[in-house]
Amino acid sequence: MIVLGLFELRTPEDRALPPAVIPAMAEALESCLPVRVAGLKPVDAPPGALDARRGQWSAPALLETVLATLPDGIPRALGVTGADLFIPMLSFVYGQAQLKGRAGVVSVARLRQEYYGLPGNEALLVERARKEAVHEAGHLLGLVHCPSPGCVMRLSVQVGQIDLKGEAPCPSCAARLREVLA
Amino acid sequence: MKPQWQILVVDDEEIMCESLAAWLREDGYLVDTASSGREAVELAKKTDYAIYFIDLKMPGGMDGIDTLMEIRRFHPDASIIIITAYATVDTAITAIKEGAQEYIVKPCNPEEISLLVNRIIKVKKLQRENLILRKKLQRRYQFHDIISKSPRMLEVLELAREVASLRSTVLIRGESGTGKELVARAIHFSGSRAQKPFIAVSCAALAETLLESELFGYEKGSFTGAAERKKGKFELADGGTIFLDEIGDIGPKLQADLLRVLQERSFYRVGGSEEVQVDVRVIAATHKDLRALVDEGKFREDLYYRLNVIEIHIPPLRERREDIPLLAEHFVERISHELGKPVDEIAQDAMRLLMDHAWPGNVRELENAIERAIVSCRGRTLTAEDFSFLRNNGPAKIQIPDNLTLAEMERLMIEATLRRTAGNVKEAAASLGIDRSTLYEKLKRYGIER
Repeated sequence: MIVLGLFELRTPEDRALPPAVIPAMAEALESCLPVRVAGLKPVDAPPGALDARRGQWSAPALLETVLATLPDGIPRALGVTGADLFIPMLSFVYGQAQLKGRAGVVSVARLRQEYYGLPGNEALLVERARKEAVHEAGHLLGLVHCPSPGCVMRLSVQVGQIDLKGEAPCPSCAARLREVLA
Repeated sequence: MKPQWQILVVDDEEIMCESLAAWLREDGYLVDTASSGREAVELAKKTDYAIYFIDLKMPGGMDGIDTLMEIRRFHPDASIIIITAYATVDTAITAIKEGAQEYIVKPCNPEEISLLVNRIIKVKKLQRENLILRKKLQRRYQFHDIISKSPRMLEVLELAREVASLRSTVLIRGESGTGKELVARAIHFSGSRAQKPFIAVSCAALAETLLESELFGYEKGSFTGAAERKKGKFELADGGTIFLDEIGDIGPKLQADLLRVLQERSFYRVGGSEEVQVDVRVIAATHKDLRALVDEGKFREDLYYRLNVIEIHIPPLRERREDIPLLAEHFVERISHELGKPVDEIAQDAMRLLMDHAWPGNVRELENAIERAIVSCRGRTLTAEDFSFLRNNGPAKIQIPDNLTLAEMERLMIEATLRRTAGNVKEAAASLGIDRSTLYEKLKRYGIER
């Protein structure tokens, strides 16, 4: 079984992650992927990763933070943050992971209903967070985007697309995963 | 699983390059990065990327537009997306004018990039499918090494198929370079003699006495230098086919000998007294009007009728222009493989040039032109620039002296070409777009020394 670290990446202006998010992610990861989740202590995101002009945090910089904080015996990990993430080319990303690599980050900032001016819905936030955690962990294990509508590995560029997909890999991605891990 | 499409991201900022590359890799693409225009051009020379993302502003004397223009030189159909931090109408217009497929302002919405990449890849997939279908179609139009969809050529090929199983003599007529030998080979290899030898002899390449010993062999001591008995082409072709190219060039003595072989199926070696029996199918070819030669008394009428049992006339390439794209693509595939230089296709402007050319040297000239273009081309697509020699050789640039006959002009042209090739007949023939035997015949006619 593959060990996957999971921890909160705290940023100063963050609203704290709802307590249910990380345990729900761990549960989704263990039920949908062949991984055992190791809960790790929260880590503060380096202030240098904040782009003050954009008011967003750099996903590549936070990936470096995840890599730098991997403890012994934990080969790969996902950092979870409430901060809004970007890469220089794109206006935002829900998360980013090294393909078949060691570090990934997931942001819940745009998974909140409040971001879109709607009343908060923690259950929906948790459901979305579970899917995004499995999606980024899938990349860490070597899966790429999948065209199947219900597959968790389908690319989402709008929050509605996250709601439409399931939280598990489709049979084809599951088979691909077995192939990659073999 | 997605096909492994390759993308190149070009930006002097490493984080910009790497983060976009990582995002695209999550989508299953193989992504390379380059930190300068020059590095991008070097990578593009080796790999035909499906999409290029190029930052507009780059230091080092080569900005995004320069890079785009350089890549376009050897990948005219490349999908190039110019990226910039500041949108101005001028730069957008310049980028599109220079051939950028899209122009995007960073940071852009992930959905925008995703839709853009998907749209381009969809088109690339269709292009690839189109290429596969065209190749399938090409195979449909192929008979041995002859490719055609021209109704006239298809009739020729149908006739060739029909006569393949017969023993009858075939006379193939057609201009130099139309593929007379290919048709002869197709007849041989489609018939019951396919496992037996196919021997080709160019009657124009040798003097009459040499040709006689070449065709019928000779006995030891039959002439100076005949140290031992040697079998001629007719004996070597026993059971198979002999292809006598430029049959209109043989003299009266050989015409008589050949008539005997066709009538008796036997002959004597030069200097020999023993009759040699052979079972050979004769396929003869000429670019001359044999009927006219008979009328002029230069060719035996009885031999003409013996040879002309089945006549096949191959139309010149200019009369079957619909075959040019098929043939050109076939030659690109074959020659690029032979030369070990990957070239995938011919750009539209280049194809237009090929369609407009007169092709006096017919299919052979087209084949030579494709080879020359592949040798000089820098990418995986042949462009009009790679065929610039066709324009340069156009009639507008030829200086014609006054009071010159057509024959005198031909003689001058042959002499000039031979000087340029230092007497190399093969090279000169290729350059003139005619075959070697035709050139030999012309050298003989004009008394040109090599």
